[in-house]
Amino acid sequence: MRTIIYLLIGIVFGITMFKSEAASWFRIYEMFKFEAFHMYGIIGVAVITGVIGTFLIKRFRVRSFYGEPIKFYPKEKKVKRYLFGGILFGLGWALAGACPGPMFTLVGAGFTPILVVIAAALAGTFIYGLLKDKLPH
Amino acid sequence: MNWIYEPWPWYVSGFMIALIMFLLIMVGKNFGMSGNLRTMCTICGAGNKADFFRFDWKAQRWNLVVVLGAIIGGFIAHEFLTVEEAVAINPNTVADLQALGFESAGKAYLPNELFDTSVFTDIKSLALLIIGGFLVGFGARYAGGCTSGHAISGLSDLQLPSLIAVIGFFIGGLIMIHFIFPLLF
Repeated sequence: MRTIIYLLIGIVFGITMFKSEAASWFRIYEMFKFEAFHMYGIIGVAVITGVIGTFLIKRFRVRSFYGEPIKFYPKEKKVKRYLFGGILFGLGWALAGACPGPMFTLVGAGFTPILVVIAAALAGTFIYGLLKDKLPH
Repeated sequence: MNWIYEPWPWYVSGFMIALIMFLLIMVGKNFGMSGNLRTMCTICGAGNKADFFRFDWKAQRWNLVVVLGAIIGGFIAHEFLTVEEAVAINPNTVADLQALGFESAGKAYLPNELFDTSVFTDIKSLALLIIGGFLVGFGARYAGGCTSGHAISGLSDLQLPSLIAVIGFFIGGLIMIHFIFPLLF
């Protein structure tokens, strides 16, 4: 049952990524050229709605649909890993035009070359795992 | 219902993304897609090479199901919910991209120059896809999250580390588009 719920959430996510055009390489390029409000509007509305909802969940100690307490885990207080990792991610995001959610949506939409991007992203993840202890965090 | 066949406006799209995050929170999970890449590495046996991949991947199976859904959702949206898939980007952006050699700008969902099946035999395009994908995977894990984990989930929880990561995403993206693209294309 729970598996069906995760699948349905994923399907809605995939449809949203495609129909919002957040999965379009062109929209990412246009965003970094500051030539349209579209992507900023999407991220802005998502974050404002997210901030309000997250605040309400904490304020009223909302429980999950299964009655469990909802926990938010603060991320470790560091700077280098977020800045350096973020910059590398941004370079790749602008070049490939897809982040880790939309890249899977594009597989379903039939763009087979995106499989090359996914394979390379897996390789990047693997190499990070190998080098983790040698990198500044 | 005709609106569903049109590209969704930013306010609908942004709200839907927040809704997806809250649905995941309400079923006791969280919204973060790049963690799946680590899980996939673990399934492929990366745990034999690095401790980073030694974790109970079965606890992350739910997120792989979300990925499967994202693939199916892409199929549904492309096959049944889209009449015209060309992305109507700013005409200035179109002109700019055409000057760089992206003839398909304004006429397609993704640039043919990088995502047509002919790229499988085009060394340069293939190399760019590989470099781009590699940086996304490496950078997401280094930063501990991607657009969903940091820009949406982290900023919604007012996490300073996520703000630093998002600033990094933009520094990287701006460097790529404004300084590296003119060298590549």
